[in-house]
Amino acid sequence: MDNRCINILIGGEAGQGLQTIGFIFSKGLVRSGYSIHVHQTYESRVRGGHNTYSIRAGVQKVLAPQEEIDLLIALNEETIDRHKEDLSSKGFIIGNADLNRKEKNWIGVPFKTFGDEIYWNTAAIGVAGGLLGLDRRILNKVLGEVLGEEKALKNLSVLEAGYQWLASQSFKWDPLPFISNPSPRFLMNGHEAVALGAISSGLKFCAFYPMSPSTSIAQTLIDWSREMDVVVVQAEDEIAAINMAIGASYAGAPSMVPTSGGGFALMVEAVSLAAISETPVVIVIAQRPGPATGLATRTEQGELLFVLHAGHGEFPRAIFAPGSIEECFYLTRKAFELSEKYQGPMFILTDHFIADSYRDIEPIPVETLSSIRPGLDPNEIESPYLRYRITESGISPRLLPGLSKHLVVADSHEHTEDGHMTENLSIRPKMVDKRLRKGQGLRSEVIPPTFIGEPESEILFVCWGSSRGSVEEVATLLSSSGTKASMLHFSQVWPMIPEQFLHYLEEAKQVISVESNATGQIAHLIRRETGFLIKKRILRYDGLPITPQYIMRHLKER
Amino acid sequence: MVTLKDYGEYKTAWCPGCGNFPLLRALKLALVKKGLEPHQILIVSGIGQAAKTPHYLNANVFNGLHGRSLPVALGAKLANPNLIVIAESGDGCMYGEGGNHFLGAIRRNIDITVIVHNNQVYGLTKGQASPTSEEGFVTKAQPDGVFETPFNPLAIAVAMHAGFVARGFVGMEDHLVETIVQGIDHPGFSLIDILQPCVSFNRVNTFKWYRERCIPLPSSYDPYDWEKAMKVAVQWGKEIPIGVIYKNDRPSYEKHFSALKKGPLVRQKVDLSKLKKIMETYA
Repeated sequence: MDNRCINILIGGEAGQGLQTIGFIFSKGLVRSGYSIHVHQTYESRVRGGHNTYSIRAGVQKVLAPQEEIDLLIALNEETIDRHKEDLSSKGFIIGNADLNRKEKNWIGVPFKTFGDEIYWNTAAIGVAGGLLGLDRRILNKVLGEVLGEEKALKNLSVLEAGYQWLASQSFKWDPLPFISNPSPRFLMNGHEAVALGAISSGLKFCAFYPMSPSTSIAQTLIDWSREMDVVVVQAEDEIAAINMAIGASYAGAPSMVPTSGGGFALMVEAVSLAAISETPVVIVIAQRPGPATGLATRTEQGELLFVLHAGHGEFPRAIFAPGSIEECFYLTRKAFELSEKYQGPMFILTDHFIADSYRDIEPIPVETLSSIRPGLDPNEIESPYLRYRITESGISPRLLPGLSKHLVVADSHEHTEDGHMTENLSIRPKMVDKRLRKGQGLRSEVIPPTFIGEPESEILFVCWGSSRGSVEEVATLLSSSGTKASMLHFSQVWPMIPEQFLHYLEEAKQVISVESNATGQIAHLIRRETGFLIKKRILRYDGLPITPQYIMRHLKER
Repeated sequence: MVTLKDYGEYKTAWCPGCGNFPLLRALKLALVKKGLEPHQILIVSGIGQAAKTPHYLNANVFNGLHGRSLPVALGAKLANPNLIVIAESGDGCMYGEGGNHFLGAIRRNIDITVIVHNNQVYGLTKGQASPTSEEGFVTKAQPDGVFETPFNPLAIAVAMHAGFVARGFVGMEDHLVETIVQGIDHPGFSLIDILQPCVSFNRVNTFKWYRERCIPLPSSYDPYDWEKAMKVAVQWGKEIPIGVIYKNDRPSYEKHFSALKKGPLVRQKVDLSKLKKIMETYA
């Protein structure tokens, strides 16, 4: 099998249509049968600055971003100056011919001859499409779908002109092998998968306050809200957002709140409310570098321990950290199921990197999936109805208000079984124990960490959430070059069950944690829960995602 | 036939003589007058002495956090618009801690009835000033008197064209019951600010003080006249007008959502064949 990848970086200012043409090109590659992995960087501004859209494409599954660039599409001169050092030996630069650059493999395209400046980006992907040997009919179709027929008209002729111009030139490029009759794939990013996973589970209500990088979840829900009968409310603040979700869920609408670290900080009191009132709610924290405002449009995995401990009082919870687009979809569903079953707050940790990282995935057969049905059938309830009946599992009968004569009383105070506030101190430990017993159930349903590799390897990399792809690629690479390396990836970071993974840590010669944070949060948590100390850590906290090259550099440095 | 008995009698944690008692009674009378059964009602409250009210009558209850009754009430109403949703709390909870939600709820015009027990002081935390305490009001926490000007919830609500704005007084039971009935009947956001004494911590704005000042608006008063309503809403002092100060016929918030045109969200099934088509757009 051909395991080559090519890495295309499109660079320019905000407002130059980078994301649009990046997306069109990504979709064109996937429809041509290639696996892709997108990594976007941008500044916290609407116009100007320097943004990038990188697409790594290959014949086999592409797992991670790549630093080295094979094709640099420069929509401005700054892009060339910033990224020429990263160009591979056979790499090309596509840019405006007027810039007159002297780099070898410079492809100066006479953009002026293609029309107004707004069409230059389309011309650039025409040239790139020609260079890569992409079927122009595929790009034409995608262009029409994305831009709409009217807007696409002029762009289609510019795209064609780009192809034709390249055909008249004599640049030599070793294209990816042609794939005949590719099977259909979806092109999806992490937050689209979270939103669609939520809808498939039965989500009916979402409240949010805009905050990067979480907003795209709410936006995806809004985009499909009319078709899928979902209510999305833009709240006055994050405190309102989560309280609205709790109210909606209490009344029977499965609910979710997407936010980022700062917004979640405001929600924390209500997390505790969901716990004591035993109301299901799914909270997605799209991580970005903190503290406080930090770096609004960059990535980090810095909220694991915050989310684990958020909320006053003691109560059980589950925290998921998807490492792939598929996991974004399926773990969101799992969070909804657990939230409904165990009647409390459940968490999903994404981050800026996975949020808008488009990747190809197997089509998801949604028609075969099941959706949750909140609340019990009132006819099956024993009288008197007690919302917080003390049970062996800790799970009490949840009815929905207004659907029967039974009165549903939910309370933020410590309460009696019928839901009314109490200061009877003999009831208190019984209720605490009841709520904590739900934790036993949660522990019995934990998804074990994914182990890839062979036991007793020389290096075992431990990671969680979005770092998975890069770590998996490095482990595979090292193993194929003679160093036995494995990966242990946590897609559920809480509860943590040592029996599921401790033997992997003990068998490996060397264990290294790989995380996008400055203190090694999963390493701390593993130490706390198992006593096992992971001394070596490869950490990244400059706002960029962990790449395979970053891991390799830091392996060599030690 | 629904009777007062259906709403039950409970022991309370309130001080003898508290203004919450007549308010609770008026609320029950209004619900009975409306012919509503307890399971049709959801009362959402925050934290404070007033916020304990839903524990003292039969209804569905969500007693949440201090200041946050309105967002919970909004979420519940959107999930099931068939519920009669009442948000109930004190002046500190509704206008202080929950101030931003108060503004948000008015702007949305969600069909809920907001009952504010306004005694111009904090009771549960033992006598500090509240957002509606008058300037100069002396408390243990404000020994030199309150420096801030009082928050006028009615003037704010009228200024923002809230759906229904009214003031009641616990000393006029029939008038208060009628005002609450009208608030529940109004298809949109209804604010009922209810003056009541705090017998333990407010020695200025006593039952007598309110009774001497509260005067019902004349039957000729037109609550649809916004400019007039603004003048009435700022009136405070020797005469305090009570009754429905302002209302309009703006469509309520939940009417805008296409998902709700098919009925309540609760029990709506997910159309997976539609979702399949949506998923295919990602191919």
